[in-house]
Amino acid sequence: MDVDAVAFIASIIGATLRIASPILFGALGETIIERAGILNLGIEGTMLLSSFSAFVVAQLTGSLWVGLLAGALTGVLLSLLLGFLAVTLGLNQHVAGLGITLFASGLALFAFRIVYGGATVPPSLDASFPQLQILTDTVLEPVFSHYALTYFALALVPILSWMLKSTSFGLRLRAVGENPEAADIAGVNVYRVRYSALILGGALMGLGGAFLSLATVGAFTHGIISGRGWVAVAIVIFGNWQPWRVLAGALLFGFLQALQLRLQAEGVPLPYEALLALPYLMTIIVLAIAGRNASYPAALLKPYKREG
Amino acid sequence: MNLRFERGPAPLWMRFLIPIIAVAVTFALVSVLIIWAGASPFSALYELLINPLTRNTARLDILQMATPLVLTGVAVAFAFASGYYNIGAEGQLYAGALAAAILGPQLENVPPIIAIPLMLIAGFIAGALWALPPAILKVRLNVDEVVTTLLLNSVMLFIVSALLYGPLGDGMSTPPHSPTLPMNAQFPQIIERSRVHFGAIVAVVAVIALWWVFTRTRFGLELRAAGLGKEAAHFMGIRVGRVMLTAALISGGIAGLAGVGEVAGMHYYLIDAFSPGYGYTGIIIATLGALSAPGVLLSALFIALVNRGSLSASRELGIPAYLGDVIQAALLLVTLAALMLNRYRIRRVE
Repeated sequence: MDVDAVAFIASIIGATLRIASPILFGALGETIIERAGILNLGIEGTMLLSSFSAFVVAQLTGSLWVGLLAGALTGVLLSLLLGFLAVTLGLNQHVAGLGITLFASGLALFAFRIVYGGATVPPSLDASFPQLQILTDTVLEPVFSHYALTYFALALVPILSWMLKSTSFGLRLRAVGENPEAADIAGVNVYRVRYSALILGGALMGLGGAFLSLATVGAFTHGIISGRGWVAVAIVIFGNWQPWRVLAGALLFGFLQALQLRLQAEGVPLPYEALLALPYLMTIIVLAIAGRNASYPAALLKPYKREG
Repeated sequence: MNLRFERGPAPLWMRFLIPIIAVAVTFALVSVLIIWAGASPFSALYELLINPLTRNTARLDILQMATPLVLTGVAVAFAFASGYYNIGAEGQLYAGALAAAILGPQLENVPPIIAIPLMLIAGFIAGALWALPPAILKVRLNVDEVVTTLLLNSVMLFIVSALLYGPLGDGMSTPPHSPTLPMNAQFPQIIERSRVHFGAIVAVVAVIALWWVFTRTRFGLELRAAGLGKEAAHFMGIRVGRVMLTAALISGGIAGLAGVGEVAGMHYYLIDAFSPGYGYTGIIIATLGALSAPGVLLSALFIALVNRGSLSASRELGIPAYLGDVIQAALLLVTLAALMLNRYRIRRVE
């Protein structure tokens, strides 16, 4: 293989990781929440509002890390709101989740207008996160130059996988997602575990949104999320609610996007929308093939009411 | 003496009070945002809810703005009432718009009395077809329709965008749009000096159809029985799968009509991302309207009022017009929470 081909592949791999990591945060957050039995359709709006709050706080404080924290916190707050509606009140999770997406999106755009007025050029950050680079000055450089957050997202995969499989919290989390009645009888506080999952998952979604405005884009725009939350929901299903397979789904999505950008840049005459639509269609096909066998958490969408 | 909440049917007066409580709580919450925007909540409330009703042009704007919302609201109500959670009205709306944009230019020499029904039929079929795959997957394989319908929204947006930047675009304008519809295929205005178009009549017919089907037909009875509980409906001898499939297709078709109306009555061509989320707002409207025909009509008008009002509030008071979006969503969440009151009664405890 010649050097050009290696360089091309290296740049595609690098771009794949870069595109995949914010979505990986969101998808892992959604995985944790769904494994506890709650579908969080608030993810799209949560990522948008987190992306905005992280950006504003980073600008005000001059610290990207404080901004990141604000993004995570925003995710937690919106997730708690879903918890109140879906766990405490036991409302329809589809409608409550979508309501949160609409609410958070409206709030983000409203707040943007108040803070930045009608600015046509999106405000951007002066600072940027340090990149962790390995193998610099080699042809493989693009594969390994990423923000620390990308490596953190990747590291979360084994950590969360282990947490779900091998820790007692993971066991309880899966129990309330599969059979809350049995978990309750076994002495698990269903509400508390579901809220814990929402807090953890919401923080991850928030990090995903913050990642986009603070690092990937370095600015806040109205279209910064543009469906990435929905992609994350798709990836969770595609990944069969398992962190490693969710990672595979996120990488596949990142790869298709990277390829699409590359082909567009090279001027290849191809409706690039076809590549963009592919992950959505693949998720639907996966669902169709898995059909009844898709291993949905059994109690997904089912509110739990403890009998007096 | 204490007051205590107990489970049980709420008294009748509570049912009438809930919407009022929800609206009051919502406005109390968003007044924080209004103050943040540097305006007085009372003048904002006046601009949002009263000012648009005092002027004739604004009243007509509300009718025009309510047109697609009534249709997506009816579309969502049809599906939700059967227990089929169609989140795909947005994509189905674009499918209808696409059909109108493709068919319209072919109708140059067809008289309007034929051209306009053809446009509506094409849009209905396109919307229903886009709703078909998730409905079949749900009925045949029990695949969750929420995720599939939601994902197909994004796919339809990609299709529309690919077509506009490709074969369907007129190749001259940026952002691209499809060729302008010939006069014969355009919806006529039904009120002089306004943008209220024939689509408003289609919307009213859809509301009446919803009311008639739900209250006067056997199918409507079966549909609502399926929505209340699949198992029980099955034991009553209702073919739940078929009922749900039909409801899903009707839902998609009506959402498609909303798209036809926007293309043929408002823009006269198809542009990328013309809908500010009418399909999603339809979910809010159907939920606020308790999935009933009069409820959907009233909620759509109310949301259109808030949307029109947020434009006034933006112009007069400098409050970002996104306030309208926040109010809609907050109203949905508050109403959902307030509906819980319906399940409790207040008891005196000695």
